[in-house]
Amino acid sequence: MLRNHPTLRHMVGRMGWYLLTFLVAVTINFFLPRLGDANPVDTMMAKVSGSLDSQSAKDKEEAYLKEFGLVEVDSDGTLQRDAAGKPIRTSLASQFGRYLAKSLRGDLGTSILQHPKRVSEIIKTALPWTLALQLPTIVLGWIAGNLLGALAAYRRGVFDRVFYPLALLASAVPAFCVGILLVYLFGIRLEWFPAVGGYDDGMVPSWSWGFLESASYYYVLPFLSIFLIVVGGQAIGMRSMCIYELGTDYVKYAKLLGIRESKILLYMFRNAMLPQLTGLALALGTMVGGALITEMIFSYPGLGMAVLTAIQGNDYPLITGCTLLVTTCVLVANFSVDVLIGFLDPRIRAAHAGGAA
Amino acid sequence: MKLLLGLFKSPSFLVGIGLFSATVLLALGAPLFFHVDPYTRVGLPFLPPSSAHWLGTDHMGVDMFSMLVTGLRSSLEVGLVAGTVATLAGTLIGVYGGFKGGLVDDVLTAATNLFLVIPSLIVLILLSSSLEHGRSLFLIALIIGCTTWTWSARAVRAQSASLRGRDHVNLARINGYGTFGIVVLHILPYLLSYIFMVFILQTATGILAEASISMLGLGPYDSVSLGKILNEAIRNEALTDGAWWAFAPAMFLVTVIAFALFVINTSMEGVFNPRLRK
Repeated sequence: MLRNHPTLRHMVGRMGWYLLTFLVAVTINFFLPRLGDANPVDTMMAKVSGSLDSQSAKDKEEAYLKEFGLVEVDSDGTLQRDAAGKPIRTSLASQFGRYLAKSLRGDLGTSILQHPKRVSEIIKTALPWTLALQLPTIVLGWIAGNLLGALAAYRRGVFDRVFYPLALLASAVPAFCVGILLVYLFGIRLEWFPAVGGYDDGMVPSWSWGFLESASYYYVLPFLSIFLIVVGGQAIGMRSMCIYELGTDYVKYAKLLGIRESKILLYMFRNAMLPQLTGLALALGTMVGGALITEMIFSYPGLGMAVLTAIQGNDYPLITGCTLLVTTCVLVANFSVDVLIGFLDPRIRAAHAGGAA
Repeated sequence: MKLLLGLFKSPSFLVGIGLFSATVLLALGAPLFFHVDPYTRVGLPFLPPSSAHWLGTDHMGVDMFSMLVTGLRSSLEVGLVAGTVATLAGTLIGVYGGFKGGLVDDVLTAATNLFLVIPSLIVLILLSSSLEHGRSLFLIALIIGCTTWTWSARAVRAQSASLRGRDHVNLARINGYGTFGIVVLHILPYLLSYIFMVFILQTATGILAEASISMLGLGPYDSVSLGKILNEAIRNEALTDGAWWAFAPAMFLVTVIAFALFVINTSMEGVFNPRLRK
């Protein structure tokens, strides 16, 4: 079946590649935090041990060791002990195996800071905010950036001379600087928009009209600060892409034939856009990283804020849970862009069709 | 040589190099003329700028100008170290893969693309948060270099692969040069200007990455950096107190450095790449 469907073949191939990337990401996510000497149980114990005598401290520590899966447990839930009565530590390899199995089931462990709470629960409340902020912003920024970049390349002249340095500046300004600037100017000085948070204090997230109104009011500044940067970066890439396309033979030929300008512009736009789409797939990781920092500056109730509080409280399960989720989201977004390219780019279809023949 | 002269005729290159030299001069020259001390309290917290303290004081009452000069120097150091590491790693992987081709190239390209897709900020967060003790400025720079090399590997590979089939490379191969000899004598010289451009971009990336990671509170424990100044300012409510001098100068400097390096890069591209010349 795959033989006759070049686009489908492309999709299956990419899917395999992304599965591999995902596995590497999960492995990194497991091993990097365990490189150092930091151990969630020690962190927990440092918090509670002051108020406990040695016996109950020991009991508590063993309970935590069990909870975080660091020791061997019998089938009925009791700790396995060695000859000296100490609990037997689980090897890193089997910890990894368990971690994999649990992660695939969506079980990301328990948070340290908000102790009995599950990491997956915390993430479940944060994820919609991040998706609602980042997805539309990056997509709209990409579209606007490409249109403006193509226009600058085509028009040149005054428009280009004003626009290009501005776009360069927008792409060079670090994401957090734009965020801080907007918070300070429009949030604190002018008080046009609320400076921090995602909705009015005392409101409970719901689909009610009043809540949505409040949330969209808080949406403006974070949206702008991510949007500006994405537009700047994309416009620069598109501009140089289009300058290159304008010098190619097919454009010159089309001009000689006397084809309408708008039609030539359309041809050029289509050809310059595909590399831009590939560029988007590669730059998504950086964009999402920048947007996460923007969320932190605005104390937006999304994943960025969750990561920030987790870092400040050494909450390893929450940190790794968030990073795993962000990576997964970036991979899914990348995969979607790849599939889109497969549909749009005739060369990829041709390459796969040729390979099948 | 002619190309280098052409570089100095390009106005955007002059702007970029001028801005960048100004920041370097400020970082290295200021301690010669002023008393720079980022560790002692000299007054009340969040004093506004005055003739005694040009940029006021921070939340601890430390002179902001001293903090800024010290932070600027750390940030430039991080940028250079991270840029060097990333460029070296990227060039090695890129040149070798591009020149060898075949299976080696496929594996290296796949690895590069793989790490390109995983957000480097995420890897940085994971690494830095596990190194709670002993997160020095130098170590942070190394980590940044090790997580951002992917872009240069990708870019250098494409260039090196295009040189693989050239006549002079084939001639060298017939004459019995090994891989190392060909790469050093016949491929690298062609890529030098390109690698230098990559290095400039990687330095900018390094400075921005340090600022981001310090913003999250994962900055170096042993020195002041521009990102750390911003982190402290925000954590201590400089924004809501209206103490703009505690964060605006650091923000300005990070932006100026990044902008200057980007401008240098694009202007060099304009001079070295005949296609973009008008």
